[in-house]
Amino acid sequence: MIMEKYIYKQDINITPELMARINELLSHYPEDKKKSALLPVLHEVQDAHDNWLSYELQDKVAEILEIKPIEVYEVVSFYTMFNQKPIGKYMFEFCRTSCCATRGVEDLMDYTCNKLGIKEGETTVDGMFTVVGVECLGACGYAPMMQIGDFYHENLNQEKVDQLIADCRAGKITLHDK
Amino acid sequence: MGRKILLDKINIPGIKTYEVYRQNGGYASVEKALKQMTPDEVTEEVKTSGLRGRGGAGFPTGLKWSFIDKKSGRPRHLVCNADESEPGTFKDRYLMEYIPHLLIEGMITSSYALGANLSYIYIRGEYMWVFKILERAIKEAYAAGWLGKNILGTGYDLDLHVHCGAGAYICGEETALIESLEGKRGNPRIKPPFPAVNGLWQNPTVVNNVESIATVPWIVLNSGEEYAKIGIGRSTGTKLISASGHIKNPGVYEIELGLSVDEFMNSDEYLGGMLNDRPLKALVPGGSSVPILPANLIFKTANGEDRLMTYESLSDGGFATGSMLGSGGFIVYNDTTCIVRNTWNFSRFYHHESCGQCTPCREGTGWLEKILHRIENGHGREEDIELLWSIQSKIEGNTICPLGDAASWPVAAAIRHFREEFEYHVRFPEKVKNRDHFVHEPFEKVRHLVGKTIV
Repeated sequence: MIMEKYIYKQDINITPELMARINELLSHYPEDKKKSALLPVLHEVQDAHDNWLSYELQDKVAEILEIKPIEVYEVVSFYTMFNQKPIGKYMFEFCRTSCCATRGVEDLMDYTCNKLGIKEGETTVDGMFTVVGVECLGACGYAPMMQIGDFYHENLNQEKVDQLIADCRAGKITLHDK
Repeated sequence: MGRKILLDKINIPGIKTYEVYRQNGGYASVEKALKQMTPDEVTEEVKTSGLRGRGGAGFPTGLKWSFIDKKSGRPRHLVCNADESEPGTFKDRYLMEYIPHLLIEGMITSSYALGANLSYIYIRGEYMWVFKILERAIKEAYAAGWLGKNILGTGYDLDLHVHCGAGAYICGEETALIESLEGKRGNPRIKPPFPAVNGLWQNPTVVNNVESIATVPWIVLNSGEEYAKIGIGRSTGTKLISASGHIKNPGVYEIELGLSVDEFMNSDEYLGGMLNDRPLKALVPGGSSVPILPANLIFKTANGEDRLMTYESLSDGGFATGSMLGSGGFIVYNDTTCIVRNTWNFSRFYHHESCGQCTPCREGTGWLEKILHRIENGHGREEDIELLWSIQSKIEGNTICPLGDAASWPVAAAIRHFREEFEYHVRFPEKVKNRDHFVHEPFEKVRHLVGKTIV
């Protein structure tokens, strides 16, 4: 069996800005509790690396936090927001739990997938879009909705999805609040 | 108009910013508590108020505070649970997004009561933009001298930080949240020891919901006695309700506990009635974990009394004919909803979110999801309904944390109140092939095919 770590390669670049942010996060915890910063640090590192975390990158995080690599792997594999494989630049995460399902998210996901020519969980060949169904995002009163990057797009319908896709293609969608 | 305690200032332009918040009386509770009250006096006021934990369990907040171990001499921590992930619940997000300083003010006053010098707000990772809002608000509070060393010259020190999760419902359970805050997988701990003795980094810790903490400033300023005057019996004060589903006006509402369910659902001040005026079929009053109620048990209890928005009234009749106030995630379903499909949806959620630590939950939630899925898709068997009942009863009470119970209750309640619908799915598989099978032909129109009346 070929392990995935040999299939996907990632350029690792811990820029001075990223390191400064990591140090800022580390300052929020007692000196001997660096491991506590793991989740916030992983978010920052992932955001700066095309939204996924290779084993090499996880090893790098372990080095920075002075913990064992396994302590990072077990966390990355537990939490759904960490991606272990490359994904599309724009990941459409549709909430599919009850309240959103009640307000028609399943039809809207079908519509979006058809429009992009992919199935749920897949990425378009140009690497632009990934569509996934996720569990409750806490926007039940504004259903149906999806998350792209750090932001929510709510009260969706087909026209709004069309517009979002067009805006993504035109580079008008902000992914992260930095 | 009901009284507003948490949302009374939400419409003031710019209330998100420190300056406007301060100009409108913000941080007054910190001044009062730190300068005029002892920590124990603050705790006493919260006890007197009767405030109950707003995250779902409804445990009295003041009592929880009084359990914190002050004798060991170890550092103490207050952790705010902002991991709001219960399907149907989005109130904390609203509060944090639009009036972040209220939570920070509450964190300072509450930390002072507990003698905590290092406190955290644990927010779910998906609320990343709210995380950033809180980060900025905390910086403003530091700059204005409300956080840091020697606050207001009183000698009290407090550091407050916001910490983000990464997409795990289980981290809303307080011991899993603590594990996650320590940089680990969110596996709940066995209790005892309780966090009040052994919490974050083995230090005494109190974990409270956002709404509970945001209520503390009002209690400190106006007294616990005043707070206890609002509401009915042991349901004191106001509660944020997140309303969603087939209603005209979904959103977050602050209500005085004791409002009738009928008024909340149907008055224009609140939900404004059913979307497109379709008939009401069912209600989940407190987030996905609580039992679903059929239409005949929503406005009246089994005894014929008016059903009220209180902890007691919503649970009147136990699980046989009642439900729970829970987190206040109020989900309304009309007659086009398929209860089997909805229950499958919830079971998929719990299966996905089970941390995998306890066998009954890890395996049982998967069984529930698979069996419900096959019934919903027309591949069910008559004995599946008993099998579902049996599995849910074997998960409940047999797990370390309440996720197992939360996964069982919706299934049990759906079978209890909507058994005919499950039978219909099993007996008429060709009629349920499409997922919108009740949209054009609501169950009421085909109920006679099952050949029994509801008991």
